[in-house]
Order: sequence, then C-alpha cells, then structure tokens
Amino acid sequence: MTENFKAQILNKSDMGRIITRLAHEILEKNRGLEKLVLIGLRTRGAYLAERISHKIQEIEGREVPTGFLDVTLYRDDFRTRLKQPSVEVTNIPFAIDEENIVLIDDVLYTGRTIRAALDALMDFGRPARIYLAILVDRGHRELPIKADFVGKNIPTSFGEEIKVKLQEIDGEDSVNLIDISN
Amino acid sequence: MLKSRHLLGLDGMEKPEIELLLNTARSFREILDRPIKRVPTLQGKTVVNLFYEPSTRTRISFELAEKRMSADIVNFSAGTSSVKKGESLIDTVKNIEAMKIDMVVVRHSSPGAAHLLSQVLDANIINAGDGGHEHPTQALLDMMTIRERFGNLAKLTIGLIGDISHSRVALSNIFGLKAMGARVLVCGPSTLIPRGIERLGVEVFHNIDEVIPQVDVLNILRLQLERQKSGLFPSLREYHNFFGITRERLERAEKPILIMHPGPMNRGLEISSHVADSEHSVILEQVTNGIALRMAVLYLLAGGKSEIH
Repeated sequence: MTENFKAQILNKSDMGRIITRLAHEILEKNRGLEKLVLIGLRTRGAYLAERISHKIQEIEGREVPTGFLDVTLYRDDFRTRLKQPSVEVTNIPFAIDEENIVLIDDVLYTGRTIRAALDALMDFGRPARIYLAILVDRGHRELPIKADFVGKNIPTSFGEEIKVKLQEIDGEDSVNLIDISN
Repeated sequence: MLKSRHLLGLDGMEKPEIELLLNTARSFREILDRPIKRVPTLQGKTVVNLFYEPSTRTRISFELAEKRMSADIVNFSAGTSSVKKGESLIDTVKNIEAMKIDMVVVRHSSPGAAHLLSQVLDANIINAGDGGHEHPTQALLDMMTIRERFGNLAKLTIGLIGDISHSRVALSNIFGLKAMGARVLVCGPSTLIPRGIERLGVEVFHNIDEVIPQVDVLNILRLQLERQKSGLFPSLREYHNFFGITRERLERAEKPILIMHPGPMNRGLEISSHVADSEHSVILEQVTNGIALRMAVLYLLAGGKSEIH
C-alpha cells in the first residue's frame, strides 16, 4: 500500500485557532470550570488535552484537572490483530465520580476507540456525564457515537486516511488527507 | 513484539525485548491502584497454573495477574492430582490441553520442563521456575524494580549474594542484567558458586565486604536451608557471619544501596531484619511489581493470532 499526499486540511495556525475555540466551547457548555475534568486518549489525544487544558487555564486563570487514558486493553480487536500494540501509561490522578468529563481524541472514525474509552472510564468511577471533543471527524461511524465538540468535519472515503501530526511527537502541527487506495 | 510465543527464560533474550516487557509492565502497574483492578483484555482465554513444586508468592502473583486481565483460570497442584498415580508430565499436560486451554504457567523441579512443554503443546508456555535453571518473571520484576529507582540499568552494578549454584533467580538475573548492560557481581561461599560462571560475564567474589562498596543494588538470594545438610557450608551461623547482610556491613558503604530479596526471607540469616525493613529495602515493591510484570507477559504472549510456531 502506498501513501499519497492528497491535501493539507489544517496547518499550524488553523490548529491553534481550533484549540482556542474548543476551549471556549467546552467552558460555555459546562458554564465554567465547575466539576470539569479533561481526559486525553493516548497518544495524540493526550497532547491535545494538554493544549486545551493550557488554553482553559489562560482563559479562566485556574487549572483544570487533566488525565490521560490508554484504551489498548479495552479494544475489541485483541483476538484478531496480529501485532500487540504497545500500552502506554494511564494517568488519572483524581476521582472522576460526579465530574463532567471531556474525552479528547484526535480523529473520530468508527467510534470503537471511544467505545473502549467509555468502558475504561466506568472502571474508574461514575462520572456525572461524559462529553467528547475531537480535532477531526472523518465520518464512517460503526457505533452510535457522536462528538459534542468538533474541530473540523472532513467527509472522507474508505480509500483515504487522516494523518494528524503534533509538534510534541511528530515535530510539526498539521492535518493531512492521505490516499491509501492503491 | 516478542520473538517467541513462549517465555521460557532470559537466556538469549535481547535488550529490545526486555525493554518491551519492562515498559509494558510499567504501564500496567497503574491498574493495580484503580478502584476496579481489572481490564477485559484476556476475556475468553484460559490459563492453567501447573505447579509441581510448592510456591506461595509466584503462584498467587500469577493468579492475580491472570484475574486482573480477566482470563479464566485452572489451578493444578501436583500433590492433589493424578501425578500421584504415576502420570507423566507430558501425559498430564496433553490431557489438560485437550480440554482447550490457551496458556500454561509451569513450575517444575526439572530444568527444561517448560522447554519440553513448549515442544509438545500448542499453548503459550510461561516458565515459573524450572529446577535450578531459570525463573524469568522473577528476574524481569527485579529489573523493573531496579529501573523504577534508577531509571536505567546500564552502568549500574548489581551484586547477587548467596547460593548462586542452586538459584534459578540468579541465573535469570545474570542473563537479563547482562543483556541490559549492567555490571554483575556474584558473591558467596565457593561451594555455592558454580565453576566457570565468569563465562556469563559476571565477576566472582567470596568476600562480601569487597562487594558492598562497589554496588548500587544488592539482590540477596534465599539460603536454601536443605543445602546445609549436604555439607556445602559448615553452619548457618558461619554463613551469617561471612555473608549475612547487616546494618553494620551496609554502614561501611559510602552511598545507600538498594536492597532486594526474591523471598521467602530467612531473617537473621542471609539478611538481618533491620536491613529487610529499612527505607532502602524494596522487597515489597518487588512483590507488587511482580503482578504488573506478569500481566505484561500474559498480554504480550496471548494476543493476536498465532503466526509463528
């Protein structure tokens, strides 16, 4: 399978503006910081959660509790995949009971990762509610899951892939559309 | 990705594989502190714990690790089984495998027992101690515990103290620590150190007071009391005087030394109570880490479709 670059969807400044907007939307919906916690999904969702967390602190002047979740152990493809994905550290150093959680990930596609994340969170406690914030929604859901906060909607075909790059691990901020059909 | 679908020993295992095991175990450690200490990953997998030798810690640790991963478990002890009627190891496990199981954790007094099973069974085999040969999960959890404190194993000096000859913990530790680039010193009475062990890349000492100033970590092995009857050392008291790790001995070192022991401890013999309970002792952390490490082993071996045999 060859990877062919098709189009750049977001550049660094687009992403910065989206992070700012998502931070405002989350605060608006939650009416401030009351009971608000952020949980980013490893790997890239965690960095996005950190960025949104910083932005919220800039706006409100207070820190919002931010945790990180690796959902590998809750995935539904454990028996069918060939290679074991590596498991990163989950770190949720606060109780989530009765809190309003915002789950944060980079791309929303089939919805299976979010399903796994919801299962995982239930093992940590009983939150008051869970929102979902996503940088890019590319469609093709296989489960009844919908994001509450969306950075950008990008309708894609199956022969395409969304490649999110973040400064923290990829050395640059960009979202590109890739053709994987051949 | 691990190269083998079994964990038989650390002999020949290279640094990237050991690092994968230790990193995965570090990620799993947090699960033990959750309100619900269980992940659904191994749902539908059946693990048999096949213990031909007595064991408390290792057996409970494996069992808890399996439960934390949501596997189904069958426990087998030789004492209460058809082994008493004279059934061979291979017949026993072939019968158990015919009941459709996925993984076997085996402890046996014969070196090579786990290796033998890996040749006759389709299940994944995990060696939980085979005679005086290897005990890979113990060595891995020891390395995990050292790495937690020091961040890195390379450039550290680790002393293995006591009965090296009969210790599978020592042998697995030597293989693992050498692969990770550590310096390994072994120290004990000459009757308890196998000839030619230098060939594994370790340095041999018979005077504990020469070892203490050089090491960052002391891993103190259990003195197997049954050996004393076979005349390998004159008396327990003499052993304690020459090789026992005491506060007085450690105070002569310039820096604090991390104290480890695989258990069960003979307090007042190879280790004094003061040392065992001191702030530099990580003996109980070893036990906790053992569960996370064994969860990581189960995870890395059990997943996916078997592709290689």
